[in-house]
Amino acid sequence: MEDKNILELERRFQEKIDNDIKIEPNDWMPDDYRQTLIRQISQHAHSEIVGMLPEGNWITRAPNLRRKAVLLAKVQDEAGHGLYLYSAAETLGADREETIDDLHSGKAKYSSIFNYPTLSWADMGAIGWLVDGAAIMNQVPLCRCSYGPYARAMVRVCKEESFHQRQGFEIIAHLAQGTPAQKEMAQDALNRFWWPALMMFGPNDAESKHTVQSMNWKIKRSTNDELRQLFVDVTVPQAEMIGLTIPDKDLKLNKETGHYETGEINWAEFWEVVKGNGPCNKERVDARRKAKEDGMWVREAALAFAEKRKNK
Amino acid sequence: MEKQKALYEYVLRLADDSLILGHRVSEWCGHGPILEEDIALTNLALDLIGQATSLLNYAGELEGKGRDGDALAFLRYEREYKNLLLVEQTNGDFGKTIMRQFLFDAFRKPLFEKLQHSSDQHLAAIAEKSLKETKYHLKHTSEWVIRLGDGTEESHNRIQESLDALWKYTNEIFYKDDVDSVLIAENIIPSSEEIKAEWTKTINDVLEQATLTIPSNNWIQEGGRKGFHTEALGYLLAEMQYMQRAYPNMTW
Repeated sequence: MEDKNILELERRFQEKIDNDIKIEPNDWMPDDYRQTLIRQISQHAHSEIVGMLPEGNWITRAPNLRRKAVLLAKVQDEAGHGLYLYSAAETLGADREETIDDLHSGKAKYSSIFNYPTLSWADMGAIGWLVDGAAIMNQVPLCRCSYGPYARAMVRVCKEESFHQRQGFEIIAHLAQGTPAQKEMAQDALNRFWWPALMMFGPNDAESKHTVQSMNWKIKRSTNDELRQLFVDVTVPQAEMIGLTIPDKDLKLNKETGHYETGEINWAEFWEVVKGNGPCNKERVDARRKAKEDGMWVREAALAFAEKRKNK
Repeated sequence: MEKQKALYEYVLRLADDSLILGHRVSEWCGHGPILEEDIALTNLALDLIGQATSLLNYAGELEGKGRDGDALAFLRYEREYKNLLLVEQTNGDFGKTIMRQFLFDAFRKPLFEKLQHSSDQHLAAIAEKSLKETKYHLKHTSEWVIRLGDGTEESHNRIQESLDALWKYTNEIFYKDDVDSVLIAENIIPSSEEIKAEWTKTINDVLEQATLTIPSNNWIQEGGRKGFHTEALGYLLAEMQYMQRAYPNMTW
């Protein structure tokens, strides 16, 4: 009897999905759907929060007042995105504190791109242009994700990300047209961030263990390889336009398909960074853990104070 | 001292307070004790950098030597910065950052309230805009001072220590010299007595609610308004000026 009920619930659930009706927090949903979403949304939230660190690294060294203000605003947007996304995960029953503890213990992942260091001002340009550019490719389809709170959060996130992408491109385009030292700085940033940006779309479709189920549930709306191709096709002409060279000797335009073909991604490096062996994995997680530990007394004080006022 | 020169000097002092404090607060970005507070601190830093930009650009105009806001922000020597010693002090823990900001906001709010009626239109306009931001800053920092002061024993002790450490820099807030007397006579700026009365009232009121004690030690440190700083400023400038010094004469 119970099995029959579950089958019926699952049938109605899939019917909603197939008809593009959003799933809302109080609706019945299969446990795997819930867990997949919690994993994906909290990874996304962690990526926003950890992603504040590489760019935060340059706020105090921004070269002029306008760049300093814009960078501050951008990193603050990322904190805001983290906040909506943790809230979206909470609608599925994931406690924010526990989710964050999973990040600190290494159990939860975040986008590997943030495990690469930011070594020059041009990296602020490369990150906005390439990393936010790749993020937009991944995130625009999520505005149509089947889970309502996530889809709605993504609408706002995507609007802000598109500003981020433009500010990054503006930084790097300005450098590319600047003095030889600035141009060299821009090319060096592209050299270091190009391949990690391509890796942001995840493993090839054949290797991606979550893709099929996530596509059926409309949590994911395009495959990793489709999105990566879209990114390459959009970005290569931008690099050419500003006179920078994509660091891929095998890159060529296939005239028949109209798509660019790239050289092989170094998947061994990708998996090493995912496992925790990237240049800054330890530094990033340590910084987040330290912020939490250093802030413990502040949170305790706020709670104690709220308690006192309640009793007054 | 002629009026134009006094006004340049005065605007530069206000600008440097915002610039240096904004820089300090921006160091928190990504490291706040909770996500909501990370966002709040970054917002504060943004407001201060915005004020600094308007004020420095105006100072550049008043000086009339072709320096813009960026040239003033990034290309002066340490002795030429005129900020209060209070605002250059290192962040310390979250409580020290909040206390430094509170002691400053309690001064900035009444100052901007008066300056928005300045006979100098440009300064009045900057003050009017900055006042809106500063009211929020003071509300935010007052609430945190009270929360930490009257929170746990640890938070009480920590923030009391921060107050004790920063108190010696508060007298300088009301530093007065020729610059001030010239501008007061022209109705461009208010007298510091008026501002001090209101600052003292805010401090007493909030610290009492926070169960904190005003230090009895009246040892005073000042010098910022004349360009004599503490050791903390040199490191800040080395970081802030890095790009402009390492890559001179380029645009970004």
